[in-house]
Amino acid sequence: MKRNFGMAAASMLFAAATLIMPALMPDADAAGRDYISIVGSSTVYPFATVVAEQFGKTTKFKTPKVESTGSGGGLKLFCSGIGVRHPDIANASRRIKKSEVDRCSKNGVKDFTEIKIGYDGIVIANSRDAGRMNVSRKILFLALAKDVPSGIGEVLIPNPYKTWKDINPALPDIKIEVLGPPPTSGTRDAFAELAMEGGCKQYSWIKAIKKKDKKRYKAICHAIREDGAYIEAGENDVLIVKKLEANPHAFGIFGFSFLDQNADRIQGSIIDGVEPEFENIASGEYPISRPLYFYVKKAHVGLIPGMKGYIKEFTSEKAWGPEGYLIDKGLIPMPDKEREKYREDGRNLKEFSM
Amino acid sequence: MNETEMRQDGSGPRLQLIKAGLKRRYAKEKIFRTLGIAAIFIALLMLAVLFVTITKNGYGAFEQTFIRLDVAFDASVIDPEHSGDPDVLSSANYSGLVKKTLREMFPEVKSRRQKRDLYSLVSRGAAFHLRTMVMADPGLIGTTQTVWVPADDDIDMLIKGHIKTGGGGGSRVKADKAAWVDTLVKKGAIEKRFNVAFFTNGDSREPELAGIRGAVVGSLYTMFVTLMLSFPLGVATAIYLEEFAPKNIWTDIIEVNINNLAAVPSIVFGLLGLAVFLNFFELPRSAPIVGGLVLTLMTLPTIIIASRVSLQSVPLSIREGALGVGASRMQAVLHHVLPLALPGMLTGTIIGMARALGETAPLLMIGMVAFIVDVPSGIFDKATVLPVQVYLWADSPERAFVERTSAAIIVLLVFLLIMNALAVVLRKKFEQRW
Repeated sequence: MKRNFGMAAASMLFAAATLIMPALMPDADAAGRDYISIVGSSTVYPFATVVAEQFGKTTKFKTPKVESTGSGGGLKLFCSGIGVRHPDIANASRRIKKSEVDRCSKNGVKDFTEIKIGYDGIVIANSRDAGRMNVSRKILFLALAKDVPSGIGEVLIPNPYKTWKDINPALPDIKIEVLGPPPTSGTRDAFAELAMEGGCKQYSWIKAIKKKDKKRYKAICHAIREDGAYIEAGENDVLIVKKLEANPHAFGIFGFSFLDQNADRIQGSIIDGVEPEFENIASGEYPISRPLYFYVKKAHVGLIPGMKGYIKEFTSEKAWGPEGYLIDKGLIPMPDKEREKYREDGRNLKEFSM
Repeated sequence: MNETEMRQDGSGPRLQLIKAGLKRRYAKEKIFRTLGIAAIFIALLMLAVLFVTITKNGYGAFEQTFIRLDVAFDASVIDPEHSGDPDVLSSANYSGLVKKTLREMFPEVKSRRQKRDLYSLVSRGAAFHLRTMVMADPGLIGTTQTVWVPADDDIDMLIKGHIKTGGGGGSRVKADKAAWVDTLVKKGAIEKRFNVAFFTNGDSREPELAGIRGAVVGSLYTMFVTLMLSFPLGVATAIYLEEFAPKNIWTDIIEVNINNLAAVPSIVFGLLGLAVFLNFFELPRSAPIVGGLVLTLMTLPTIIIASRVSLQSVPLSIREGALGVGASRMQAVLHHVLPLALPGMLTGTIIGMARALGETAPLLMIGMVAFIVDVPSGIFDKATVLPVQVYLWADSPERAFVERTSAAIIVLLVFLLIMNALAVVLRKKFEQRW
């Protein structure tokens, strides 16, 4: 019986092997690659995937593969070289940096095209069960910065504010409790740059530091308090929305698309008198919004099938136009003229310049 | 004599001491037992909470809302020249057909904005569904058919009661849309059906079209590669170390290293995979072959350790008996020791594989955390795996992905349960005790 068991096990493995073996044989053209490989920002990911799916279903090309690696990680992969092993397109929730362009050209990625796809708003939201907050960027800075101006002279003190009322008597008397992304997130970077710095530089003496000591200026304006008022809630925005529902006193920081999808549960705070609404973000009135991009490797356009088609699909009116399907997913469209410009850039594969 | 006396009257000092301590010892034992039971109870409670929440959140995803449309497959739209050319049929404007049908169902809708709302009642997959129907049977052209198409995810959530309507204008489903849905419900044109697409489709950004087949197949390929490599390698290593290798400083070093590797965080194996398999051997990114190789590295120590333990538990007399009747050492091991140790080895392997099945961290580094629609067709094809699919869906803004995430977790748990049950059955059936 013991022997039988060993035999049975062996023959089972063998049977499994023969069943799956045909599938193991690499495709004839495994050396090449017959699908587009896209990497990059997790903010652009929801939009790029919709375009990829649409492109795969409506054309004869295969559906592109979209990896969510973050803007920095994506551009690093994008800039690592030319050839089928390297990605063809990189998504980014910020513009490519000089250092990354240098890295690219060092690795032979000299020609690429930049296409701006639209905007993403960052919202500060709370539960619909609570009152709607109306704040300025200055208040946000005072509520969340690590060190704040003491009010007397040009001195910084560790953030003393415990409730919103402490900052401004007109605000409600509830504890400052903000759930937001961790430092690794692009949303956090954008929030620090647009909201925190936006409020910070309204102090003229802090703004004056910028010229003398850029590093110190950045440290003052971008540092977020660590005494428990700002809670790092991980990269999962779904979780933040759930927590806001459970705790009406808490606020959350995330992308506009999450507010849009959960509008029956949460509301976006008014910033500098502007509501976080579609039209306001599109017109640029809402102060905390950032542009989104993708970069196309020109050397791959003839190499990988479907590259031009993908760009065409992404830049078509039915995708990124004011009534397109990307808008339905939470993208904020660019004005007509800008869309026209980037559509042309995409068609001609215009060379990137800083 | 004295001692027996003392015992009989029960008042000797030693007995007194024992009696006094007895109560305390019983009490201690009782506390210990209660604590043990409490620990088990708490663990079971946690497990129950986990299962109940996941099932409660997830069972809804096994049903999907469908809307009935009476679609007129108009020849002038699909194939105006009656060419019957598959290219013409495939590129025809099927979403136009869907829109036309919806307009006919609600003739009162006039404004552009309202029409847009109306069109968004049904999934964008409806047009693809019609295309598939026509491609399969071009004879449908010119006829009117009753077709059940999947509803949009917002409508699906509304029907399932996960989304509120109206109320302050904040909802995804506006009042007029909710009214149309009511009309459809009254007409019996909305129905919840078993969600076949969830099991037959690959990933999609439309929750109503998203399925786990791609991830399941990807997981199977990855597990296959892992099993094919880690089982033979692990068992061979264990046999050599246990039965043949001399006990010296080198084998000690190897043993320490194997035990160490078993405790290394899995992300480290991912980094190793990135450096070795992708950058040095230039294997394709996001492929099950690389995922399998990385997970092999991760499961090997577990399998080796389990296999060695199970070899150690085979009594020495079996080996000596075999050697005594003239078998060579290899014959003794292969014919007598190995068959007895195999059930234990398989159990260890299955448990190692179950761990590998639930792993995401190392796969992040080698590009398997990706949006992939096509179901993979081989171990060199681009693929993702079940736990990664769970992670990706959990991160999606669409409300309907919440229940799909839980449903995918249920599927993953079922697989794990099957594997662990298999391990128990194998052990029970073939284990020998001495």
